[in-house]
Amino acid sequence: MDFLNGFVALSNFVLIPAIAYGSQLALGALGVTLIYGILRFSNFAHGDTMAFGAMVAVLVTWWFQGMGLSLGPLPTALLALPFAILGTMALVLITDRMVYRFYRTQKAKPVILVIVSMGVMFVMNGVVRFIIGPNDQKFLDGERFIISVREFKQMTGLREGLAIKTTQGLTVVVAVICVIALFWFMNRTRTGKSMRAYSDNEDLALLSGINPERVVMYTWMIVAALTAIAGTLYGLDKTFKPFVYFMLLLPIFASAIVGGLGSPLGAIAGGYIVAFSEVMITYAWKKVLTYWMPESLEPDGLVQLLSTDYKFAVSFVILIVVLLFKPTGIFKGKSV
Amino acid sequence: MSDTVKNTLLFALMALLIIGTGFVQSWNSALFILNMGLISAIMALGVNLQWGFAGLFNVGVMGFVALGGLAVVLTSMPPVGEAWAAGGLRVLLGLAIGAATIVAAVFLNKRLKGRARLIGLPLFLIVGFFIYRAVFDPAVDAIEAVNPAGTGYLGGLGLPVLLSWPMGGLLAAGAAWLIGKTALGLRSDYLAIATLGIAEIIIAVMKNEDWLGRGVKNVNGLPRPVPYEIDLQNSANFVKNAEGFGLDPVTASTLFVKLGYSVLFTIVLVVIFIMAQAALKSPWGRMMRAIRDNEVAAAAMGKNVTRRHLQIFVLGSAVCGIAGAMLTTLDGQLTPGTYQPLRFTFLIWVMVIVGGSGNNLGAVLGGFLIWWLWVMVEPLGHWAMEFVTSGMAEDNALRNHLIDSAAHMRLLTMGVILLLVLRFSPRGLIPEK
Repeated sequence: MDFLNGFVALSNFVLIPAIAYGSQLALGALGVTLIYGILRFSNFAHGDTMAFGAMVAVLVTWWFQGMGLSLGPLPTALLALPFAILGTMALVLITDRMVYRFYRTQKAKPVILVIVSMGVMFVMNGVVRFIIGPNDQKFLDGERFIISVREFKQMTGLREGLAIKTTQGLTVVVAVICVIALFWFMNRTRTGKSMRAYSDNEDLALLSGINPERVVMYTWMIVAALTAIAGTLYGLDKTFKPFVYFMLLLPIFASAIVGGLGSPLGAIAGGYIVAFSEVMITYAWKKVLTYWMPESLEPDGLVQLLSTDYKFAVSFVILIVVLLFKPTGIFKGKSV
Repeated sequence: MSDTVKNTLLFALMALLIIGTGFVQSWNSALFILNMGLISAIMALGVNLQWGFAGLFNVGVMGFVALGGLAVVLTSMPPVGEAWAAGGLRVLLGLAIGAATIVAAVFLNKRLKGRARLIGLPLFLIVGFFIYRAVFDPAVDAIEAVNPAGTGYLGGLGLPVLLSWPMGGLLAAGAAWLIGKTALGLRSDYLAIATLGIAEIIIAVMKNEDWLGRGVKNVNGLPRPVPYEIDLQNSANFVKNAEGFGLDPVTASTLFVKLGYSVLFTIVLVVIFIMAQAALKSPWGRMMRAIRDNEVAAAAMGKNVTRRHLQIFVLGSAVCGIAGAMLTTLDGQLTPGTYQPLRFTFLIWVMVIVGGSGNNLGAVLGGFLIWWLWVMVEPLGHWAMEFVTSGMAEDNALRNHLIDSAAHMRLLTMGVILLLVLRFSPRGLIPEK
């Protein structure tokens, strides 16, 4: 019984939050990795693109709520998601046309493109703050929990409770659908195959008549969909605040690099590795350990390895360790 | 038009902008812009050293600036004797144990092979970590318990505040050496992500380690290298002189203090600028640019690329640290919560790119110009919004939203400027020769 109680506590505080957070990171890292694979630069504006997508979702959700539209137990934001995706697609395609294309035709060095993306980051950050302001915004509605602590205790009779928030369940389901759709697209469709070919060997792909502008356009559209979804899910699960998305840049990049830049599978694995390490290292283990350890060995402290404010340090240390010992990441990414 | 004439004109224009601010707004805000512009110029010189000379992509400027700020506290505040007695030595011992663990781990990593390394190294690190926490944590609790509302930290060395500027440089240089040892040699965009992370970690440490610099409780009332306004206003001599200039004593005292800072900052800027110019023109500077332009060729000529990168990374970061110490001295307080990457890292990058990367004069001009814009965009944006919406009704929701949002024009403007410069004049206002 004690073991079960301990496991439930672990699930409640570590496993479930980490899976949800990991899914959000994985979606973000997929975007970073796709851009790196096909456009060949690290996109610093990624966090702010997520913020933009989430902002569109927030605004459309408010509009729907104002009209009295809702999905019952599910958040209305789900209904707003297609609009967020379309809005983000429009934004990134316009950005590509106005900014990035010039450097692509010039064959500028990757580091120049990174600096350009810094400029784009400023602009997007400014646009988001201009439209919705820098403050917290609430847009979550519907049922809050799939299982609440009380229901779980009544159901099982355990001392520890387990809560699964609707947003957490939703995050995982949506992330799985996205990943399946993405892999189907990349492996089965003609456009997806041409994208992979272009990523593997640009010259050879051009030689076989693949239109690079088309590949780039599709890449941006897929990335826009992923970022908008990731941004909205994160906003639903935690809170929508423009600056938070900028701070997500570091864990997202850590995920993408740990998995191997340019490798979609790596991005997903990296997302979960970073999320689990972050949550596990900053979690106070006292509760779980008191269940699992014999009474004589029970810890007196909180058994928290690092305070939660150091979660950036965790993604950073993982990043450095991987880069030092396996520079191309776990799944053999590419290096430009 | 020769280069000299063009550069003189550009700087004259910059001076006109600042003087114009003095006439239109007030001399106080003009001097504020000048002082911050001087500090920004020094930061831009530091980044230019790394990016312009050596092509190192460092987006952790904020971290080094913050370390400079911490150095001011550690140097100039009086030591808190009671806190030192409560746990000062024990904290130092804890830190020493932590450092020794890491050094030993690096050593073991080189010595051990195969399975012994795979199991032994993590085990060693975990044991070391727990010993470190066991020594360190009680000491921290003891220190933070000493008068938490007033001090709750170890204090500094009680040295003159001007000494903290070189100390800031040293502290930043030390951190940069550690970081460079691990992160340099990574590819350019990996280095960028790594430095971005390090800056966040430095800020996290400063926010949370209350025993070091009081964390988010801030350290107020740092000593100043210039006299206090209130003392000047009470000095009969000063009041008489002020009246001689036709100024009231209050305004005169604030102007006098700000001018004092301007003089000090100008001296530092000129010294660093002359050194940077000398470095650029020396064989060492040529070697750096050779490495930047073609690492493989430079390595083939027998240049140790990694060592040189480490060298210039440390130097550039030290310059940023000095600027950070000056900034905190000017503010008179250390507030770790106010360090934002957009303001302290990416804005400096805009300065360097707009001014002209690889050119020291360009970096200085960029520092002044972008800082001026950063300050002026807000009132200008407000004014522009008033103008645009002047046709709308007074209580129009869109009008109110636009006017309220004018404050956020800054980031937008900076981004647009950076993109325009990169597109149409990628070498900046004063290009590298």
